[in-house]
Amino acid sequence: MKITEPERQGIARCFTKTGALRALAVYAFWILATIVVLSAVMVIAARNPVHSVLFLILTFFTSAGLLVLIGAEFIAMLLVVVYVGAVAVLFLFVVMMLDVDFVELKQGFLSYLPFGLLVGAVFLAEIVLASVSSVGAVTGNFDASPGADTNTEAIGQVMYTEYLLLFQMAGIVLLVSMIGAIVLTLRHRPNVKRQSIAKQTARRRADAFELKDPSSGQGI
Amino acid sequence: MDLGLSHYLAVSAALFTIGVVGIFVNRKNIIVILMAIEMILLSVNINMVAFSVFNGDITGQIFAMVVLTIAAAEAAVGLAILVVFFRNRGDIAVENVDLMKG
Repeated sequence: MKITEPERQGIARCFTKTGALRALAVYAFWILATIVVLSAVMVIAARNPVHSVLFLILTFFTSAGLLVLIGAEFIAMLLVVVYVGAVAVLFLFVVMMLDVDFVELKQGFLSYLPFGLLVGAVFLAEIVLASVSSVGAVTGNFDASPGADTNTEAIGQVMYTEYLLLFQMAGIVLLVSMIGAIVLTLRHRPNVKRQSIAKQTARRRADAFELKDPSSGQGI
Repeated sequence: MDLGLSHYLAVSAALFTIGVVGIFVNRKNIIVILMAIEMILLSVNINMVAFSVFNGDITGQIFAMVVLTIAAAEAAVGLAILVVFFRNRGDIAVENVDLMKG
């Protein structure tokens, strides 16, 4: 097999320091991307929802890896903390808490599959068409942290100034969802014994016990 | 070949499509439907971060954080509704959800 001149230059570039790193990044991308897609397929195809959640966690982790590759470290770590640490664990809680016959829920998977694939193909075609036109429209330079040394710094510079309102609204959304989730799931069961501080402190000696003086040999 | 925007758009498109197909094939299992929605939101996030980085514009990453917030809130409320529904009915079969439809 003959190696052409551009190929030889490409190989030579790979062995310089940055070239080697860039080639490594491409390999890492393909490995991570493969894992992302395969584990995403397993999320929707797994029989056991617990396995689905675990594959979802794998998808999130590898996506975070993909984002680290292009230098968006802050969003990547946020993915790990929020998605893996909060959302996926919440899913795991609910899946394990609900006592559901999941085999029954899996019925009809194959009968829905053709239609699902059809809709998926339509969506994919649309996305590809839109992407092909928008990839050419990218004009800026590759820069994960414009105007700053690190990615986190670049985000911090604009998040509390330019996007302060957005930041506050995100906080309100979280507050509302937190209150909503609590209101939905909180319930007072009448038969459960709970500690009542007010009752405890309001207790007086007279309510609690009385002295009896049984005469000898009789009992109470 | 260096990493390009199209690599990330391809992953994002694949993830989005898998999420949509997942909603259709798991019509009875609402937990997996919620997970598929999370995957769709993740694909949107990847898309936005990729455009942000390859354009040298930080705005996309800010909006990715907002999407992340909405995704977390949606998962919390969705699962809370699911828990209440399970408490009331004893199962999570989605085809019976329209029972109270007039």
